[in-house]
Amino acid sequence: MSIIPRVTWFTEEDRKRVVAEAVEILEKIGVFVENDEAIELLSGAGARVDRDKGRVFIPASMVEKAVGSAPSRILVYNRHGEPVMDLGEDRIHFNPGSAALRIYDHKKKKTRTPMTADLVRFSALTDALPNYAAQSTGIVSGDVPEEIGDRYRVYIALQNSVKPVVTGTFLIDAFRVMHEMLATVAGDQGALAEKPMAIFDCCPSPPLKWSDLTCQALIDCARTGLPAELVSMPLTGATSPVTLSGAVVQHAAESLSGVVIHQLAKAGAPIIYGGSPACFDMRKGTTPMGAVETMMIDGAYAEIGKHLGLPTQAYMALSDSKRVDYQAGMESAMGAAVAALSGINNVSGPGMLDFESCQSLEKLVLDHEIAGMALRLTRGIAFRDDPIALPLIEAALEKKEFLSLPHTAKWYREEAYFPNAVIDRSTLEEWESKGGLDATARASERVEKLLSDHEPEPLDDAVRAHLTELMERDAKRYGMDKLPVT
Amino acid sequence: MEKFLTECAQSIIDGNAEKSAELARMALDDKHPVLEVINKGFVKGIREVGRLWEEGAMFLPELVMGAEAMKEAMTVLQPVLEEDAAGKSAAGHVVIGTIEGDIHDIGKTLVATMLSANGFEITDLGADVPVVRFVDEAVEKGAGCIAISALLTTTMSGQKKVIEELESRSVRDKISVMVGGAPCNDDWAKEIGADGYAGNAVAAVQLAKRLTGA
Ligand code: B12
Repeated sequence: MSIIPRVTWFTEEDRKRVVAEAVEILEKIGVFVENDEAIELLSGAGARVDRDKGRVFIPASMVEKAVGSAPSRILVYNRHGEPVMDLGEDRIHFNPGSAALRIYDHKKKKTRTPMTADLVRFSALTDALPNYAAQSTGIVSGDVPEEIGDRYRVYIALQNSVKPVVTGTFLIDAFRVMHEMLATVAGDQGALAEKPMAIFDCCPSPPLKWSDLTCQALIDCARTGLPAELVSMPLTGATSPVTLSGAVVQHAAESLSGVVIHQLAKAGAPIIYGGSPACFDMRKGTTPMGAVETMMIDGAYAEIGKHLGLPTQAYMALSDSKRVDYQAGMESAMGAAVAALSGINNVSGPGMLDFESCQSLEKLVLDHEIAGMALRLTRGIAFRDDPIALPLIEAALEKKEFLSLPHTAKWYREEAYFPNAVIDRSTLEEWESKGGLDATARASERVEKLLSDHEPEPLDDAVRAHLTELMERDAKRYGMDKLPVT
Repeated sequence: MEKFLTECAQSIIDGNAEKSAELARMALDDKHPVLEVINKGFVKGIREVGRLWEEGAMFLPELVMGAEAMKEAMTVLQPVLEEDAAGKSAAGHVVIGTIEGDIHDIGKTLVATMLSANGFEITDLGADVPVVRFVDEAVEKGAGCIAISALLTTTMSGQKKVIEELESRSVRDKISVMVGGAPCNDDWAKEIGADGYAGNAVAAVQLAKRLTGA
């Protein structure tokens, strides 16, 4: 047996201290809740409510009960009903970053507004890349009315990949439509609840506020059995204390209030302790996802999540660079490694550039190899034989090499992760003879190759027709009679 | 006098709100010409703060502290300015807010802080502001400019609706509109017929000055 390599951010005592202070914050300062149903749930359970200010004071006992009823393991399924995400303990999964406003068009060398065709390619490409356990509604399409932008992503995703979808709502009426689409693909609402095919992000507003939209999403998730993902985002020195530890405490308080509301809506419903904090950049006023301190807050709050016995998530393995360049690779790889070594269950980020604003298909293909290496990292170093090496060295003495040992043939594939052709490990001569392409150019070729070779499994005709009907009906409400051709 | 003005500017650059307020009171006690103290002293300071920030020599906390120091000084000087009709609202009145359906307000608040520090009178409507409210407030307060922040693709169309509302009330020619936020850019501003776009708070000040002729 090998150990899973892990980093630790806090002592047990510090973990308890962080949680205790978060609980104290919820008791003394409370949270601002703008959603009436949530206020009813909280006050019904015994929380003190200042109705004028929409402020709710949550007692420690309520937090404890909610944390106790939330499951520590969550399974998420693909279109065939197979569990492809097993969230809990130190099991790592990657999926692309979510909700980009723009796409980097490598051929035209410019950033532009994404269209339906881009969403289709993005989803199909994710489908073709095995290190991504799930897909995400990672791009917002510019050719449909803004009001249906959130659900339209789900509509495209469900048709172009069998993988589960990490998503979220932008408008309060979206959940119902998205849920109906998912249920259509899963069979019915019962089947979907039993084998959830999607995860919904729910973001509290820092500091300590639940807006009507995100709070409703939290409640809707609990009621329908779709896993909710808490995405608390303290921004150091801007919307939270500037210290990393202060941000982790605020994150804990916001997240715990979310767990309470969610578990009051339905005890035992699946909820993920996630987030998207940032070490706010004091020079530019931006929210860098690639800052090492951002990654440290991520790792640290995930450790608090584990301490509470909840599955965890983070927005990592992404970059603030505007192009697929050195900075992009550096920040994404570093984030992925920190995430993996922190045992974060759902890592959302690949493909993303420019502070969660821009997706790139080339980067998605490159990050897939980062994910592969990070996954390898977490498998650790195995002792496969006992004695470990002595007889092998003895056997190789005569031949003076190990290449021909049956032991080598038996284990080499298990020991090493083989990145695909976007990672160059050829000799200089070979590299030059093949055109001397840099990583992004290689990735660009690979994008086209994967998309032409990989045919995502089509949806059943009747299901597809029903899905389109749902989408068209919704689009008509916002003045679009005909959906873009896919 | 020269030395005094330099001291005023320096208090803003240092982000020293106590000092700037004290200097403002001294200016009143000693009956210095208020407009000159503002324009050649404090305003010079806040301009320098903006410049240093753009240059990367100053970071946001210092920028915001500079703005706060400016606010303190202006609080002292404002009442006197208002008596002196010529000096009223040196740079003009801006109604600012984040559009309906959108709760992102960090960027909007930064823009408001910097505009205020640069002499604009600000009505900050907060976040999730209905389209008509922008127009109601601007008309009521006689503001010359509306600044609308939007961070979501689903809400940016609200910026256009504000412009349409201004047109339908026939006040578009009196009120300029500037837009900003992550999904916006120059093209978007042109497309919806806004008067300008800016990508950060310091650029927003320059834009507002251009639009209001301040
Ligand atoms: C922090 C943040 C939040 C916080 C906001 C806290 C707050 N009090 O503001 C919270 C957690 C509440 C939040 C919620 C949501 N968010 Co958010 N959020 C962000 C994030 C990470 C940073 C925004 C920020 O504050 N930046 C720092 C400030 C200083 O910069 P700024 O706002 O851009 O402002 C500067 C300039 O733009 C300019 N400016 C701004 N306004 C104006 C106005 C004028 C007139 C001018 C001239 C200039 C100007 O000057 C400012 C200062 O330099 C962005 C990512 C991004 N790339 O922007 C996502 C982002 C905007 N959010 C996003 C989403 C999806 C959401 C949610 C819908 C998530 C959900 N499902 O719950 C909700 C929306 C709720 C709602 N109805 O509004 C998406 C938008 C995607 C899309 N297609 O529209 C983004 C892009 C992230 C992503 N890729 O997923 N979010």
